Amino acid sequence: MDQPHHSLDPRVNRLHLPESGGPVEVQEGENWNSFEVFHQEKRGAHHEHVGCVHAPNAQLALVFAKEQFARRKKCVNLWVVRSSDILAFNAEDEDMFANNAEKTYRDASGFKVMEKINQFKKSTNDKK
Amino acid sequence: MYGGGYIFDEPNKRQLKEEQLHDDPAKLAEFEARIARGEKIEPGDWMPSEYRRQLIRLIEQHAHSEIIGALPEGTWITRAPGFKRKLALIAKVQDEIGHGQLLYNAAETLGKSREAMINDLLSGKSKYSNVFNYPAETWADVTVIGFLIDAAAIVNQVANAKGSYGPYCRALERICYEESFHLKQGHDAFIELATGTPAQKQMLQDALDRWWQPIMHFFGPPDKASVHSQKLMEWKVKMASNDDMRNQFLDMYVPKIRELGMTLPDPELKKDETTGKWSYTDPDWDLFKKVINGGGPCNVERLQVRQWAEEHGRWVRKALMNPNAAKVAPVA
Repeated sequence: MDQPHHSLDPRVNRLHLPESGGPVEVQEGENWNSFEVFHQEKRGAHHEHVGCVHAPNAQLALVFAKEQFARRKKCVNLWVVRSSDILAFNAEDEDMFANNAEKTYRDASGFKVMEKINQFKKSTNDKK
Repeated sequence: MYGGGYIFDEPNKRQLKEEQLHDDPAKLAEFEARIARGEKIEPGDWMPSEYRRQLIRLIEQHAHSEIIGALPEGTWITRAPGFKRKLALIAKVQDEIGHGQLLYNAAETLGKSREAMINDLLSGKSKYSNVFNYPAETWADVTVIGFLIDAAAIVNQVANAKGSYGPYCRALERICYEESFHLKQGHDAFIELATGTPAQKQMLQDALDRWWQPIMHFFGPPDKASVHSQKLMEWKVKMASNDDMRNQFLDMYVPKIRELGMTLPDPELKKDETTGKWSYTDPDWDLFKKVINGGGPCNVERLQVRQWAEEHGRWVRKALMNPNAAKVAPVA
C-alpha cells in the first residue's frame, strides 16, 4: 500500500490488510432495522424514550441499547420496540391537543374554594 | 467530537434551488414562523426541500466525522502510556462511535438510509471533518486532539444543539454531555505533558505546532468567503458563523495553552481587548481545499481502513440479517 506517511495503524502496518477488492457497496438492508429504545433510570420511574438502535432482531437490539444508552448513567431496565410498530398521530394535527379555555372545570384552578370560605367566615364574624 | 464547523457542499449540487421554488409559500411561511417562535421541527412536519437537504448534509457529515475521527485515536489504544490513559482512551473511542450511531439515526429521520450514507462515505462523495486527514504521530498528537479538537467541536456542537431540528438537538444533547469527559481527560493529559520532563514538553510543543493550522482550518473558511446563506441561519440550521466560532474557540483556549508555558506557531495571534476579536495569520485555505479533496496525508488510509471494516464485517451482518423484515426509518 503506497502511503504518503508511515502509518501507525496496526491494521495497516501489522495486519497488512489486503487491498480492497474494488469499491465496497453496502446493500440496502444490510444495516438491519431500527428499534426505539426506552430507558428506566430507577425502579418506580417510567421508561423514557432515549433514541434508537439498528439491530437484526429485538434481542440484539437490547444488547446494542445497553451499550449505547446505558454505559454511563444509572439504568435499571430497557425496553426496545420496532420503530415500525410505533403508531403516532400526524405531526400536522397538533391543533387537536389545543386546550380549550372553557375547560377549567377539568383543572384544580377552576374551583375557587378559598373565596367562598373567606366570605363565609367574614359573614359569620359580622353577625357576632 | 467532532462536528466540524465547516460543512462541505458540492458546488454542483446546488441545482435544488429550482425545487425550492416549488415549496408551497403558505406552508413555508408557517414553517418559518414556527422556527422564529423558537419551536422545534420534528420528522413528520412539513419542511422545505432545501432545509431537508442541508440538514441531511450537515448531520451525515457530522456522523462520518465521529466514525473517521475514532481512527487516529483508536490507533493509540495499544500504546497509551499507562492503564488509566488506556481505559480513558478506550472509553472515549467507544463514545465517538456511539455518537456516530446517534447522528446516523437523526439523519435517517430525514429520509436517507444509513446504507446510502455509508456508501457515500466509502465512495468519497460525502465528506468528514478535514482534521482527520492528518496523522497522530506521537502520544502528544492524541493529547492535542483530545483537548483542542474536542474543544473546537464542543464550541460547534453546543451552538448546533440550539438549532431547529428536534432529532439533531436531542442527539447533540447526549453527545455534549459525553464530550465534557473527553475534553477533561484531554486537558488532563495535555497538562501532564506540559508540566513534565523537557522531552515531554518538546513532544507536546511539536504536536501543537503540527496541529495549529488544521485547528485553524477546523471552523471553515472566513465569513467573507463563505457561501452559507442567510437562510440557513434563519432556519437555525447553521447557528453561528465560521469566524464567530473560531473567535470563541481562541478566546476560551489560547489562554489555557499559554498559561502552561506552551507557544503557538503564529506571531500574529493576539486579542484586541477593546473589540474582543482575535487576529491571526490567515491559514492556507488552498491547502484546506486540497486536503478536503483527497490530497491530505491520510485520506487514502482512512477510507481504506473503513472499507476494509465494511468488507470484513459483512458476513457477520448478513448472518444476522432477518430477510423478512421490511425496512423502516426511526420515528424520532
